[in-house]
Amino acid sequence: MNFLNKVLTIVWKDVMAELRTKEMFSSMLVFALLLIVIFNFSFELRVDKVAQVVPGVLWVTFAFAGTLELNRSLALEMENGCLEGLFLAPMDRSVIYFGKMLGNLIFISVIEALMLPIFSVVFELNLIQPSLLITIFLGTVGFAAVGTLLSAMAVNTRAREVMLPVLLFPIILPVVISAVKVTAGILDGLPLGDLAQWLRVLIGFDIIFLVVSYMTFDYVAEG
Amino acid sequence: MNRRFRPEDLLNWLSGLTMVAALYLVFLYAPREATMGDVQRIFYFHVSSAWVGFFAFFITLVSGIAYLRTRRRRWDIVALSSVEIGLTFTAMAVITGSIWAKPTWNAWWPWQQEPRLILVTILLLIYLSYLMLRAFLEGEERKARFAAVYGIVAFASVPLTFMSIRLWQRLHPVVFEREAITWPRRCWPPFSSVSSPSLSSTSHCCFIAYGWGSWGTRPKD
Repeated sequence: MNFLNKVLTIVWKDVMAELRTKEMFSSMLVFALLLIVIFNFSFELRVDKVAQVVPGVLWVTFAFAGTLELNRSLALEMENGCLEGLFLAPMDRSVIYFGKMLGNLIFISVIEALMLPIFSVVFELNLIQPSLLITIFLGTVGFAAVGTLLSAMAVNTRAREVMLPVLLFPIILPVVISAVKVTAGILDGLPLGDLAQWLRVLIGFDIIFLVVSYMTFDYVAEG
Repeated sequence: MNRRFRPEDLLNWLSGLTMVAALYLVFLYAPREATMGDVQRIFYFHVSSAWVGFFAFFITLVSGIAYLRTRRRRWDIVALSSVEIGLTFTAMAVITGSIWAKPTWNAWWPWQQEPRLILVTILLLIYLSYLMLRAFLEGEERKARFAAVYGIVAFASVPLTFMSIRLWQRLHPVVFEREAITWPRRCWPPFSSVSSPSLSSTSHCCFIAYGWGSWGTRPKD
């Protein structure tokens, strides 16, 4: 099996497990819906133009739902010693990293795809635009890249569910900031050329986080 | 008590001496700033402690890499004490900055207007999480290993955060004169009215004093 096949096997395993239990999708979807409702109520009364708060609300929701997903993804592996089995498999540790990363990326993206229409309805804005979808995807890549590394770290700590957001949020803040900036620009109807710098920051973070996480995952995977 | 003389003692003495020299330079040698008055003298403490803080986080990155390569506990101790030094000096920079901002900008913490404050907040939060991570891990070896990884990932976000803040200005014009608080050595626009060599040498003296002091007091393994 070559590198790509091994990665895809791990991804397939995660997708298969999820399709059979449907635990993560259902819980994350309900959680995200609740967040949308709470945000809608807490802003509606005071903000004149909802479009001003939508970029922030969107990314806070994605970040919270994404953190839940990351926690779930590795907590699942901790049961019955699945993680040890995974690490014992005769393959490079980076395969595990990319496998889990892609799995997380897929799950978070699916959840986001389910949430976007709801957002569009609740906030009366068309959020399903190609440029916006690309931005969301880029932000999610950065989130999943560091998130996979840090969740592998967090499962080994004592208060693991609390530890992941504490570790992840400050590190991921630059990605969130640039993603919010681009999202706001798109919603304001600015041409993409005006946002090129923020997009560059977003892509730069994606690449750096991917490379750094890939290089350091070996040390985390030692257990 | 007859204690053996250690090289760190020399650093401590040197830092004590330079500290005195820095105080002299700050309060007597450097001229009074024309527009801001005496409150500007806080710059010397503010800027130098900010730089010691940044530098300490850089040391954490370097010793994290060194730990993962060599697996010697010594490097982990350097990384941890560097985080502690960095947090102390960054907090000092924040506090002195606030004290300066109140008379100048009329607000202790105007972070909508000044993205640099967000950068500093992120930095403090990241390295507080570093300490949290260590507190919640079991086993010395694992603690050192995870902390090294986190120190590396954390530093990856710092220079880019800095860059993103520069971009911020272009999209959102800010109320305050940005140049007034940046301090590249070549341009000192706010100080053009006063003689700049004395100002930069005063600031450097503070920087060196803090640097020696913090390096001299680092714990030994």
